[in-house]
Amino acid sequence: MEEPKLKELVINRDWCKGCGICVHFCPKKVLELDDNEKAFAKRPEDCICCKLCEFRCPDLAIEIISSRGTARRAPTKGLLL
Amino acid sequence: MAIRDYIRERFFPHIWCPGCGHGMVLNGLLRAIEKIGLDKNEIVMVSGIGCSARIAGYVDFHTMHTIHGRALAFATGIKMSRPELKLIVPMGDGDALAIGGNHFIHAARRNMDMTAIVMNNRVYGMTGGQYSPLSGYGTMSTTSPYSNIDHAFDVVELSVAAGASFVGRTTTYHAKQMADILGQAIIHKGFSVVEIMSQCPTCFGRQNRLGSAIDMLEHFKENTTPIGSKAKQKNPDLIERGIFVQKKMPEYCSEYEKIIERAMVTVHHRDRRGHREYN
Amino acid sequence: MNENLKFIQGNEVCVEAALYTGLDFFAGYPITPSTEIMEHMAKRLPKIGGKFLQMEDEIASLCAIIGASLTGHKVMTATSGPGFSLMQEALGYAIVAEIPCVIVNVQRGGSSTGIPTHVGQGDVMQARWGTHGDHAIIVMTASNHQDVFAITVDAFNLAETYRTPVILLFDEVVGHMRERIFIPKKGEIPLVERLRASVKRGVDFHPYLPREDGRLPISDFGGVNRHNVTGLAHDMWGFPSDNPQVVHGLIRHLVDKIQNNTHKIAKYKEYYLQDARTILISYGSAARSALHVVENRRSRGEKLGLLELQTLWPFPYYLVQEKCADAKYVVVVEMNMGQILQAVKVSVDRPERVFLANRIDGVFITPTDIRNILRLIEGKGV
Ligand SMILES: Cc1ncc(C[n+]2csc(CCOP(=O)(O)OP(=O)(O)O)c2C)c(N)n1
Ligand code: SF4
Ligand code: SF4
Ligand code: SF4
Ligand SMILES: [Mg+2]
Repeated sequence: MEEPKLKELVINRDWCKGCGICVHFCPKKVLELDDNEKAFAKRPEDCICCKLCEFRCPDLAIEIISSRGTARRAPTKGLLL
Repeated sequence: MAIRDYIRERFFPHIWCPGCGHGMVLNGLLRAIEKIGLDKNEIVMVSGIGCSARIAGYVDFHTMHTIHGRALAFATGIKMSRPELKLIVPMGDGDALAIGGNHFIHAARRNMDMTAIVMNNRVYGMTGGQYSPLSGYGTMSTTSPYSNIDHAFDVVELSVAAGASFVGRTTTYHAKQMADILGQAIIHKGFSVVEIMSQCPTCFGRQNRLGSAIDMLEHFKENTTPIGSKAKQKNPDLIERGIFVQKKMPEYCSEYEKIIERAMVTVHHRDRRGHREYN
Repeated sequence: MNENLKFIQGNEVCVEAALYTGLDFFAGYPITPSTEIMEHMAKRLPKIGGKFLQMEDEIASLCAIIGASLTGHKVMTATSGPGFSLMQEALGYAIVAEIPCVIVNVQRGGSSTGIPTHVGQGDVMQARWGTHGDHAIIVMTASNHQDVFAITVDAFNLAETYRTPVILLFDEVVGHMRERIFIPKKGEIPLVERLRASVKRGVDFHPYLPREDGRLPISDFGGVNRHNVTGLAHDMWGFPSDNPQVVHGLIRHLVDKIQNNTHKIAKYKEYYLQDARTILISYGSAARSALHVVENRRSRGEKLGLLELQTLWPFPYYLVQEKCADAKYVVVVEMNMGQILQAVKVSVDRPERVFLANRIDGVFITPTDIRNILRLIEGKGV
């Protein structure tokens, strides 16, 4: 199966509260907090589109748009996701 | 539909603190609903009072933010009057099991088709950090400043004993498992309980020196394990995650349909014997 | 025999009337002296495809009917003092969220567990102010079965008209007594059906923006308009708000929609008031004895009259003032320590001419009891 490719990493700065959860748990260390305590993609090229950041963000502030569609087709096991 | 289509964006950003687990529950729940493909008009969310309960305002379903502890009772009336609707009832740990404990066990016993979600942060978040029936022995809170001597309920064991036909548990750290279990609970025909261990960094975290929201999530990762894992055998203190009960049992609204049939037959018989009864 | 003629208990009359309005959802918890309402509902509702629930307590019972009302059903619960106390928080919720429902309190004697199988009228003030915070409420009562029927139908009509809970404050005597009643034919009493929103799917829907006439069309849960219902102070979307202007507007709306319509809501009956020198004011079963005294004395040429209140709240102050203007004595007959007495004293000029004829021992107040007190008031000794 073809690897999903990141098209866009959208962060809603109005909603992000800078908790750092996405930054800490990103397996590829793609994200960081800026001077205003808002998340941003420091190394988007390293993103593997696992969407863990999007799934865990308490503020629904991140969206990963990949070449294989949005959250619906997240690569994962299990019944639903 | 993207999960954004399931929320009332006008009211965001939401009121929860940075890193609050309740937002993660909202996130997981929306993913589960999106995956199942439910129509927004067929879902009713009923919540009680607490930080957790504010979830109802943010989702674009038919929503009811009720009074402390009674969400399941309101939901019972809604479901019974319109059985085709999907009922989702998120509650705080205090909401569900202190003030609402009686409604909780009776709802489980009735087995009416609805999904109860216990957003368990082990504290009364909204009122500023008093101990809850899930805080547990030895925890600190504003009302147990010398440490708590109340023992905690085990939500899973309690639900099983009360007769829930679906019982699951997970944590906010396990985002994908959360969406998975919630989805199965929603599909399940009968009363389903999902306990989601959730972090309140502002009260429980601070008072018990558990660090930031991130540290608390790490804690969930390290102190839980899938049901029946080897790790559990080695370390019995680990908390099990997964689906504990998933069984077929007569559902209340379907059973009530039989009552209606029986009552109508009674009318018929009496009619033939000449004892008319009014409808 | 006329099949609409029945000889039944007041509690059963209340059930008949509720079904007459189209009620099809009831939830309750047993308590004397209201239990028969629940038992009849359990029997009757499934036969018409309606829903009956025995809940785990009275709190859950009221919550369940509020939920069912939101899906578009006419709903009711019934209880007595201890259960009514438990319901107060959910009652306030229904008031603030503007959800139509009917709550029957068949009053027993005493406070706390009191005297369950005996009569009392001690919950008048609780019905008015039992739930916390500023609010208005509609409370109705009746003294005989034909009136129990009419007032019960009225309660459902008012609940729909004003989108509010309505309390039926009956008492043990009326609830348990058997009496003749004609069940009106379908259509004989007009029914108010729910005013539903006509906003189309997808249009921004303001569930809490009252129309110019103050009424609020409702959109059923399960329909095309999704909205939020909350007991928190809320804006026109039903979303929590603490904006002072929004909060002020909400409280005014909730109070005004009822207080400003007191003249439409207030139901009463009057007997021989025109030239009455002594006016008895009573309600519920106590009014039966009061009427007996009045008719008895009239037959002897004495100028007694009776004002029987059927709407207790909003209290018809203007009505009481007007009717009592020329009376020498005003005597409130009730089975409590003077709960309506207070409202009557506020209503009339010269409150020093207002007296109380009461019983508080669980025993039904008799015409003799009233007569004895009248003699004292009139200075004739016992
Ligand atoms: C009848 C009643 N008692 C007390 C309160 C105050 N109160 C509001 S929320 C709450 C506890 C909330 O704790 P929990 O249910 O665990 O929710 P959380 O805020 O932690 O999500 C309490 C005691 C209330 N609103 N109503
Ligand atoms: S998890 Fe969400 S809220 Fe927290 S820092 Fe990342 S984007 Fe911001
Ligand atoms: S999708 Fe995965 S890899 Fe990409 S930023 Fe999010 S967490 Fe990191
Ligand atoms: S107080 Fe705790 S539970 Fe409430 S919003 Fe803040 S972190 Fe969440
Ligand atoms: Mg809590």
